[in-house]
Amino acid sequence: MATRFYEEGVLTCGFCSVFESELADTIPVVKTSIAGTRIIGRLCAGNKKGLLLPHNTTDQELQHLRNSLPDGVVVQRIEERLSALGNCIACNDHVALTHTDLDKETEELIADVLGVEVFRQTIAGNILVGSYCTFSNLGGLVHPHTSIEDLDELSTLLQVPLVAGTVNRGSEVIAAGMTVNDWTAFCGADTTATELSVIESVFKLREAQPMAIVDEMRKSLIDSYI
Amino acid sequence: MDMAGEEMVVGGMFMPQQTVGSVLCCMCGVSMQPNAANMCVRCLRSQSDITEGLEKHVILHYCTECNCYLQPPKTWIRASLESKELLTICIKRLKKLSRLRLVHAEFVWTEPHSKRIKVKLRVQKEVLNGAILEQSYIVEYVQVDKMCESCSRAQANPDQWSAVVQLRQHVPHRRTFFYLEQVILKHDAAARSIKITQMDRGIDFFFGHRSHASNFKDFLGQVVPIRSRDDKQLVSHDTKSNNYNYKHTFSVEICPICREDLVCLPHKVSARLGNIGPLVLCTKVSNRLLLLDPVSLRTAYMDAEQYWWSPFKSLLSCRQLVEYIVLDIEASGSAITIEGTKYSLAEAQVARVSDFGKNDLIFNVRTHLGHLLNPGDYALGYDLYGANSNDFELDNYRNLFIPDVLLVKKSYEEQRKGRRMKPRAWKLKSMDMEVEETAARNRAEKDKRDMEYEAFLRDLEENPELRFNISLYQNKEYHPSETVSTVGADDIPSVPLEELLADLELSDDEEGGSGSGANEMME
Repeated sequence: MATRFYEEGVLTCGFCSVFESELADTIPVVKTSIAGTRIIGRLCAGNKKGLLLPHNTTDQELQHLRNSLPDGVVVQRIEERLSALGNCIACNDHVALTHTDLDKETEELIADVLGVEVFRQTIAGNILVGSYCTFSNLGGLVHPHTSIEDLDELSTLLQVPLVAGTVNRGSEVIAAGMTVNDWTAFCGADTTATELSVIESVFKLREAQPMAIVDEMRKSLIDSYI
Repeated sequence: MDMAGEEMVVGGMFMPQQTVGSVLCCMCGVSMQPNAANMCVRCLRSQSDITEGLEKHVILHYCTECNCYLQPPKTWIRASLESKELLTICIKRLKKLSRLRLVHAEFVWTEPHSKRIKVKLRVQKEVLNGAILEQSYIVEYVQVDKMCESCSRAQANPDQWSAVVQLRQHVPHRRTFFYLEQVILKHDAAARSIKITQMDRGIDFFFGHRSHASNFKDFLGQVVPIRSRDDKQLVSHDTKSNNYNYKHTFSVEICPICREDLVCLPHKVSARLGNIGPLVLCTKVSNRLLLLDPVSLRTAYMDAEQYWWSPFKSLLSCRQLVEYIVLDIEASGSAITIEGTKYSLAEAQVARVSDFGKNDLIFNVRTHLGHLLNPGDYALGYDLYGANSNDFELDNYRNLFIPDVLLVKKSYEEQRKGRRMKPRAWKLKSMDMEVEETAARNRAEKDKRDMEYEAFLRDLEENPELRFNISLYQNKEYHPSETVSTVGADDIPSVPLEELLADLELSDDEEGGSGSGANEMME
């Protein structure tokens, strides 16, 4: 999916109208490109504390993102040979799984910028952890061939429940087929009802209230305004 | 090492134990082991039918006479029901099967007289992200009776021909037909004929279809100079469906000039060929004639069209050849080669063998056989001195110098005299010909035929050029005996052994095994 999606905002390109119609009144949708391409979800990695961009991001793009995102989000361009950061890093607000071959410096940067614990991991023998798993602060979906032992180990590291599953009618490249935050997920059009129900249950989307806190605040604001 | 523990050591590497988890089928939500398509087998089947578009009903042609099945395009293979061979034939008929991997094939039992054969096939094919699906299905074959070619030929009524090629040559001998028979056999040109009948001065070939006869006629046109016309006779017709049945007759006439014939060319022809001759020898007959002027060694080709434009007859033909003895010979020119045959001019002194010792009649002649003849040799030639010709063409020429003798070829009669009826190391095949009844009864006719055939065989021995177009086979009965071969056998030309072909003989049990070559299929 050509999109990066997290608490503070959505970076999108191409099919931004879908995101705008769903999210515009909750979080800002930012239209951008990274290194001149539209595949931004595969090229960058981030959470509520920071956003990592590959070395080939242009200065204009970097500036545009710094202007668009809240001041609390650190936007950092990193010098890393593996430039598809979205494929190499999978993270939520507390933990990150990374490609085994990332530089030591990159690992430190990830820990500093995103404020996470970093683990070098593989998922069902695949080193592209960012492609084959997706997790939020509440749950995660991993490659269907992940063994039970691996699942146990990963969920111990991440401290969230994990499930092996698929998207897009049996596709095992999970992150390419969906993007998720703590209260919403977007999936590819081929995703079947079974897959949707798995995703909804593992990411705990059914009971999620998109604007639980804001609603509270607005109520009080409106009260005072009146 | 504790195998029950959680980890194992394989080849010195630490390998954590892996338990395969379960995922939900993406279509129906059934819990299953993950596979390449991440879909349960049942959903996968419902999603894609790998047998779609494959042949499920096929027609098999079956010859009831010899229990053979047709393997297209033309092969007939004998196979019994539920045999390996039949399975091979059945599977080879399924052309679209090549897109899949065939895992297993077996017959499903059907009543033998139901004319149905059922084969159960199990195939594999890759579907959806590399998941391999295996599926079995049944193909039904319908046996349709169709007589195979050999059976239909055997069953054909020889009197039910619809086209005939009447091949004729108006000469008193059958040399041309002996040669033609061998050429036809070598090219298998008359394979489709129903019946072959030997007629007076010719052969009749009967065919089931007009096109077969027409084909055969075209073949003849490539081998000998012919002229032909075709006619048809209405046998029956059906006005309602506009069907007409004809019997077609191709009348094919071979040019009467044979090899070694002496020809006196008409004025016009001689002029058109560059004033050659007019007395010329025909040295070669293919689809055109090669004419050689023995006095000047000039040659000219004449194709069938040219010949039939202004046909002429031969002045003297090979039966009028007379034997001469060469008394003296003196070369008068260097040798030249025409169409692979060497000739050189020479002045020779010859005398008739029949005159030898009776009178002193000696002829001084010019001959084209200077390189072959030596004093004391025998040669065959045309005796124009004694000939009483009544050829109009010859009379048309005024002041034409006619030589007394025209030598045609070297004779090996003298050497052969001692070795009559010696078997040959080779033999020829012969066509299956019916002989006209009157000719068969006549004993003199038969003797004449045998003599001509023997002369033809000698011709073959003497002329490698003639052998070029026909097949000679090894004679199994021939055992070379040392005593015979030492007696001056070097002079007589014979066929080198390496030219001979081994004869192929098929017995019944060999034929039965011919189908076994096709059973590599399932292994």
